[in-house]
Amino acid sequence: MLRFAIQRLLGAIPTLLVLITLAFFLIRLAPGGPFDTEKTLPPEIEANLRAAYNLDESLPVQLGRYLWNLAQGDFGPSFQYRDFTVTELIATGFPVSLRLGSLAMALALVLGISAGTLAALRQNRPVDYTVMGAAMTGISIPNFVLAPLLVLVFAIWLRWLPAGGLGDGSLRFVVLPVIALALPQVAYIARLTRGSMIEVLRSPFTRTARAQGLPTRTVILRHALKPALLPVVSYLGPALAAIITGSVVVEQIFGVPGLGRFFVQGALNRDYTLVMGVVVFYGSLIIALNFLVDLVYGWLDPRLRHG
Amino acid sequence: MNAGTGSVAPPGRSLWSDAWVVLRRNRAAMTALCLLGGMTVLVLVGPLLSPFTYDGTDWDQISSPPSLANGHWFGTDGLGRDLFVRTLYGGRISLLVGAVATAVSLLIGISYGAVAGYVGGRTDQVMMRIVDILYALPFMFLVILLMVLFGRHIVLIFFAIGAINWLDMARIVRGQALSLRGKEYVDAARAAGVRGGRIIRRHIVPNLLGVVIVYATLTVPQVILVESFLSFLGLGVQEPMTSWGALVNEGAQELENAPWMLLFPAVSLALTLFCFNFVGDGLRDALDPRDRSA
Amino acid sequence: MNARPLLDVADLHVRFATPDGHVNAVRGLDFELAAGESLGIVGESGSGKSQSVLALIGLLADNGQARGTAHFADRDLLGLTQHELTALRGAEIAMVFQDPMTALNPYLSIGAQMGLVLGRHEGLGAAAARMRCIEMLEAVKLSDAERRLGMYPHELSGGQRQRVMIAAALLCRPRLLIADEPTTALDVTVQAQILALISELRAELDTAILLITHDLGVVAGHCDRVLVMEQGRRRDYGTVDQIFHAPAHDYTRKLLAAVPRIDAPGRPGKLPAGDTLLRVEDLSVQFRLPPDKWPGRARQLTAVDHVSFDLAPGESLGVVGESGCGKSTLARAVLRLVPATLGTVSLLGRELLPLRGAALRAARRDLQVVFQDPLASLDPRMTVRDIVAEPLESFRPELGRDEITQRVARLLERVGLEPAHLNRYPHEFSGGQSQRIGIARALVCQPQLVICDEAVSALDVSVQSQIIDLLLDLQKELGLALVFIAHDLAVVRQISHRVLVMYLGRAVELATADSLYERPRHPYTRALLQAVPVPEPDVERTRQRQLLGGDVPSPLAPPTGCAFRTRCELAQSRCAAERPALREQHGSLVACHFAEEI
Repeated sequence: MLRFAIQRLLGAIPTLLVLITLAFFLIRLAPGGPFDTEKTLPPEIEANLRAAYNLDESLPVQLGRYLWNLAQGDFGPSFQYRDFTVTELIATGFPVSLRLGSLAMALALVLGISAGTLAALRQNRPVDYTVMGAAMTGISIPNFVLAPLLVLVFAIWLRWLPAGGLGDGSLRFVVLPVIALALPQVAYIARLTRGSMIEVLRSPFTRTARAQGLPTRTVILRHALKPALLPVVSYLGPALAAIITGSVVVEQIFGVPGLGRFFVQGALNRDYTLVMGVVVFYGSLIIALNFLVDLVYGWLDPRLRHG
Repeated sequence: MNAGTGSVAPPGRSLWSDAWVVLRRNRAAMTALCLLGGMTVLVLVGPLLSPFTYDGTDWDQISSPPSLANGHWFGTDGLGRDLFVRTLYGGRISLLVGAVATAVSLLIGISYGAVAGYVGGRTDQVMMRIVDILYALPFMFLVILLMVLFGRHIVLIFFAIGAINWLDMARIVRGQALSLRGKEYVDAARAAGVRGGRIIRRHIVPNLLGVVIVYATLTVPQVILVESFLSFLGLGVQEPMTSWGALVNEGAQELENAPWMLLFPAVSLALTLFCFNFVGDGLRDALDPRDRSA
Repeated sequence: MNARPLLDVADLHVRFATPDGHVNAVRGLDFELAAGESLGIVGESGSGKSQSVLALIGLLADNGQARGTAHFADRDLLGLTQHELTALRGAEIAMVFQDPMTALNPYLSIGAQMGLVLGRHEGLGAAAARMRCIEMLEAVKLSDAERRLGMYPHELSGGQRQRVMIAAALLCRPRLLIADEPTTALDVTVQAQILALISELRAELDTAILLITHDLGVVAGHCDRVLVMEQGRRRDYGTVDQIFHAPAHDYTRKLLAAVPRIDAPGRPGKLPAGDTLLRVEDLSVQFRLPPDKWPGRARQLTAVDHVSFDLAPGESLGVVGESGCGKSTLARAVLRLVPATLGTVSLLGRELLPLRGAALRAARRDLQVVFQDPLASLDPRMTVRDIVAEPLESFRPELGRDEITQRVARLLERVGLEPAHLNRYPHEFSGGQSQRIGIARALVCQPQLVICDEAVSALDVSVQSQIIDLLLDLQKELGLALVFIAHDLAVVRQISHRVLVMYLGRAVELATADSLYERPRHPYTRALLQAVPVPEPDVERTRQRQLLGGDVPSPLAPPTGCAFRTRCELAQSRCAAERPALREQHGSLVACHFAEEI
């Protein structure tokens, strides 16, 4: 298991480096520097600015410096919000996003797995068709479409829930954004669970368990559930990435002051350091969580654990 | 006996005709296929039949709700532009992105995957390791970064999106090629002295095609989704040209005053994605040999 | 039989609802089984033998439906509720399935899987269950029982897994054990161990056995009575002796006639005189595998290890051995489908291994192959005409399309198909027909040598014998040389002039068929022959058997010296130190230091 963990860790590190390097060079390659404003700055001031931001050194040196700073948690200053460092902006926005994201993930897992299992157990019956039809709809409505629709129906027409913001931070305010974030994932996970559960229930070892006289409940809970959930576990990585990506638009639509919103503002204002900071931060988060998912998978599958 | 020996023999049922029968029986997929066909025609021809243009302002009808009387069937936006025509133009962009970006991802993915799978060995290991690394990258963020840095050019969108999606295709094609290469009928062809190129043409490609068609169909909605996402963020196509994502974004900002601005593009987008997913699922049932036994 | 039978099945019907209407799998089956008795149900694929027992214990697929009566100890199994049936399964009626690789849950430890059964039926706590499991694993002669409880199925060999399956089935001392092809997926030496174990436990626990199999040999040795099924109906029913000596039904007679027998001389034609057609010398094939753990070194797997033989025109050479012995790799290396590491292969005096490109393609014309899986060896997207024509199109393109089509049509007739099949696709044919297509493809260019790699293994006995007849006919007619690779020793005897026995990639014995089967000179050959069941109850009852213990070692870590020494009763220190060479012994070639003592 330790060997497996190290192996996966050694796989994650190059990915991380590729990500940072790619982001770094993209920024440097971009036409127009961060100080291109409407009026051109006098050359000496620009030179000073460049020196202050270490832009006058060679690229490898800059990359090295950037990596070194990153390792210490320093994402550099924001070009747009001059009084804040990117680290500070991330520290403000991330907890808000984390709350939304983890609630959405939990909802997606609980709903998706139960709906998928239910559909598998009632294969080709009305329950199954209903769940699968709903899932297909869920997959086909992206969250940036779903979110305004939810606002329109529940906030504007029905007036049950607030349309946006964090308000007093109570649960009422996160219901709609969490649903908007979670629903597409609920749909994916339900389809995935149904498919793998059906496959497992058809497998010879499930037949053995039934031939041993185990009641259906035991067959499902003790024999079938774990193998049926393995595909869901390996989907956790992509699901996380999708939820993080989705949070960018959902926060935008609901006016939630999370990291995604900073990111979009930064992108529209060409705040390079902020955008890059968020890309690197979220990228590392995704890679790190993928690593954890890999470990969980390895722990669940005895062939990998003992292999 | 003359040359007619072959033609006397009755034709058999090929896997393709079997698949077509299965697909035809799938009512949801067939309906979706017809809808998509209709939508394509509408998007191409519709704007020509309308008296309005996508960027022209109707000064008398600013923010008009949908109405048959004034000819703005989907209403107008805050600048008095006809939403019916704008939605159709958005559809053109979405379908175009779907087609071009899928083609790009197919091109890269198939060549990469086929080489890795057919050559095998160490080449395959290195190539797949690269795919693994790329796979773990948060591509959406990199694309956004790309858009921020290099501006919003439609060609850039095509390639950026195509470049994300080839990874899946490469993995699928590689896996298929690898398993086909080990098939006994390929060995039999080699033993029969058939050349490598001909084996690929006669045995590998036809057997690969089914899976590629299925996943290409499922790639189209993904690609359309990415483009709409970027446009929604304001990073996609540029005003006054528009796309469904951009229209949804405009609609989302006018929710309370002009809900039609959201509803029409939102429904068009969702319906298109829905149809593609249904066709893809139907094709998978019909073409993917894994499900044949079930 | 005066006492009430344990199981009394009357007028059992099973049918399945499919989109194309109802399929009747079992149509009116009657049989009974007394306590402690053993009944064999024999039939070919599709005879309904498995479905009938699955119906008894309520494990039919969802679209299946059973009717009739099945009294088991005063209860009608078909009238029980799911709940009552569940209580019965595993406790009073237990079942062992065919493939131990997939019938155990790969995600649960052996102990957990067995413990669930005890918890369910006897309400045993963890500690008590553990004790019972250990006892039972010891009863099925699994060494190191206590440690095995914590292991997962992938850590066991096929034979060990089947022992676990049996142990799990017998945990609650059921009155009836149903074994559905319990040894079909296993090697013949392991099959012998498992069958012996089942018979032994049956005597010990007084459990009745319902043994479902396609193999008449298995039935002859291990059943009191036999039921022969065909197309869902009972064709014959009686004691083993009745069935084997005085079968009542034609189908049984046909079946018995079709079964290849290891104790009957083969039927290859007279060996024509001639020089050497194929010569294989010191052929070795090694594969590099990625390291199994990380970091680690790449591993070397020696699949074929210095094998030599030669073959005369028109001769047929059988190659036998258990799975993993390298017989298929040997064929592939000769065919140049996998690269050889060492050695030479020459066909008609010309070296094959150095050939490249066009020269290699040209040389392939004389050397064709028929594979095991009839479906996998035919491209599903090509018509029969295109499949069979492929070698002609590549070797004789000058013939032109029409001539090629005509030749294909003629050949199809010769192998027992119709020219009307030309435009059909492989999935429209049965297994036997597909294999005929494969044979036609191999013969279309009139090669000198055809290698048959397990060419009849996937087929039912009756089809198998037809294909063998076809091959023998064609051989006589065309003067073909055959290399016939199979794990089934009886089949090999029918067709071969000489036989090569392989073990862990090495040739251990090479002799004429008659002398090899009558007087094996290698201890492995002898054990292999003894393990093969003979479809003859008298022979089986009186047979002296030396059962081979254990499993074949991993080819990744073969034993030093003689590869067979870990399972050989003659093994001494010399066998570990020194690898025996093939040497002549009364006309046979044998690789054993102690061949004289056998």
